[in-house]
Amino acid sequence: MLVIKDLHASIEGKEILKGVNLTVRPGEVHAIMGPNGSGKSTLSSVLTGNPAFTVTGGSVEFYGKDLLSLPPENRSHEGLFLSFQYPVEIPGVSMVNFMRAALNAKRKYLGQEPLSASEFLKLMREKRAIVELDNKLASRSVNEGFSGGEKKRNEIFQMAMLEPRLSILDETDSGLDIDALRIVAGGVNKLKTDNNATIVITHYQRLLDYIKPDFVHVLYKGRIVKTGGPELALELEEKGYDWIKREWD
Amino acid sequence: MSSIKQYTNIFLAHSAAIDAHSAPVLNALRPAALRALENARMPRKGDEDLEATDLNEMFAPDYGVNINRVNLTADPAEAFRCDVPNMSTSPYYFFNDIYHHEAESLASRSDGVIVSSLCKAAIDYPELVARHYAKIAPLGNAQVALNTLLAQDGIFVYVPRNVALERTLQLVNIMNVAQPVMAVRRILVVLEEGAQARMLVCDHTQSREVQCLSNQVIEISLGEGATFDFYDLEATATTSRRASSMWVRQAAGSNLLVDGITLSNGSTRNRYHIEVDGEHAETHLLGMAIASGTQHVDNHTFIGHNVGYCHSNELFKYVLDDRATGAFAGKILVASNAPRVEAYQSNRNVCASSEAKMFTKPQLEIYTDDVKCSHGATVGQLDQDALFYMRTRGIPEHDARTLLMQAFMSDVIGGVRIDALKDRLQHLVEKRFAGAMADCGECAACIKGKR
Repeated sequence: MLVIKDLHASIEGKEILKGVNLTVRPGEVHAIMGPNGSGKSTLSSVLTGNPAFTVTGGSVEFYGKDLLSLPPENRSHEGLFLSFQYPVEIPGVSMVNFMRAALNAKRKYLGQEPLSASEFLKLMREKRAIVELDNKLASRSVNEGFSGGEKKRNEIFQMAMLEPRLSILDETDSGLDIDALRIVAGGVNKLKTDNNATIVITHYQRLLDYIKPDFVHVLYKGRIVKTGGPELALELEEKGYDWIKREWD
Repeated sequence: MSSIKQYTNIFLAHSAAIDAHSAPVLNALRPAALRALENARMPRKGDEDLEATDLNEMFAPDYGVNINRVNLTADPAEAFRCDVPNMSTSPYYFFNDIYHHEAESLASRSDGVIVSSLCKAAIDYPELVARHYAKIAPLGNAQVALNTLLAQDGIFVYVPRNVALERTLQLVNIMNVAQPVMAVRRILVVLEEGAQARMLVCDHTQSREVQCLSNQVIEISLGEGATFDFYDLEATATTSRRASSMWVRQAAGSNLLVDGITLSNGSTRNRYHIEVDGEHAETHLLGMAIASGTQHVDNHTFIGHNVGYCHSNELFKYVLDDRATGAFAGKILVASNAPRVEAYQSNRNVCASSEAKMFTKPQLEIYTDDVKCSHGATVGQLDQDALFYMRTRGIPEHDARTLLMQAFMSDVIGGVRIDALKDRLQHLVEKRFAGAMADCGECAACIKGKR
């Protein structure tokens, strides 16, 4: 579904991604690990079309379409989702209005009628249950005053609402206690099918105990320098990144 | 030449006709107003607190004044119906500056409430009106003096001691002119001790070709423990010029909410001047301006805390698009013998285009130590992180911007104390940001149509 070839990207003239290659197929879970500053979050930003970054080379195909030529909203409509490392607070925009605008924009893109108010609210109720998101949170402004754990649960709730084909979870485990981690990871696993795929970006092995990856990649200095199975994550947990840095520096 | 001269000339040539179509109480003030105008000049751009608006220029065109009170439309209510759904209001109308009302007369109420044409009230209750007319608005202000010189009518609201008006009073100002006209309106509100009332004033302009000017003075006197909501909503057209000033005196324990809203306009200068004279009074001053094209909105506010133990909260927000300009000058003054005052002022603005301009001047002037005060102003763009976040969820950029602009106004809308009006305002703001000009053709707080 996703084919990234020799992707280069920079921010404010500084090159961060220096030739990333990655292929993701339906049903797969990929973990991308790597030390701070290796370009993990940049990769997720570039894939979702953050205007702060400039693509300077390479290509990304998503179900045969040139992903990089689409505006962020159309990437979402095509089935790409990013769970933010730092979900943005939007005071004054209610979760209900936010989700309705998002869902109906997608339906319009796909040539479907907008959902009725009752259908929409029913869907909200169903999907909320997946991550045990309180109704009170769902009626508040987007992420405003949410705790760290609530924000992350809210991300997975939005993922459940939008039913993406490819989800990127950017440091979803950061700032979560063990209970919240279990709920969030449980939500991701419930949404898993043979037809969708997940890219998990993380520092630590911890999250991978809950969300089992098929492939583990190490991103370092803007390139994927090592790929392996789940055992690679365990090895990194044990030995840290220094041995990889030594190999490449 | 000062723009005042042409109007004093009109007065000198037609003073008898002006007096004949008004009431002695109003006429009695004209000589003093004329004297005040002799050496006065309309403030120009660059004068203090007028960084962005030239009042002299606003009054300079050769506007006519409807001295002989020719009623341009037989029944304004037939041509224009105004209501806020689910909100039971008593509607009153001005067509330009000619008074008309369709509600049952409140003048004969047994509880002593008076809502009537100011001219009629000044004839029926001369002592009462004389006690309050032009007592708060100072003739030293050129716009007030000019208004006092020429005003022949207006609306008078009187709520006696401990009486609560259940229905919201709604005044609809409709400008519809065939040649350039200056409407001279006067609003006088008196709430005695413990009285309660709410008032919504909607300004609309129907004529799209010819420029018109509204010269409005509002005086509000709140007795001890009185509660008053005043919603001042402008949804006019680019042909509109508006110079409005509001002058309030608050007695002890009174509670005032003023909400100044500009949804669409041409060029507007509002002044909100509030003197807090009694302890434990509360003042909420809110404002919102949405301007696009070449529209101009200027709000000038003053809250004077003359005594202690009072609370005021001021919030003005602007969203400016295209080449619109906005201005805000707000001063809060805490006198030297006024301890334990809490006063907060905030002015926050979004310039949605690179050509929109905002001028802001938040000011605190404090002469006592024992106070809690804050003030601040920001001018910025829409939150780019929020915009991107919304787009990654599939919300198109234009819709995301609209949602963010609405959200920006949500705390001002949230300050409205009438639920039906709050909902209506929410809807109007959404519509305005979605691209539709709040247009009185098919209206804003009002719905045009046959009754």
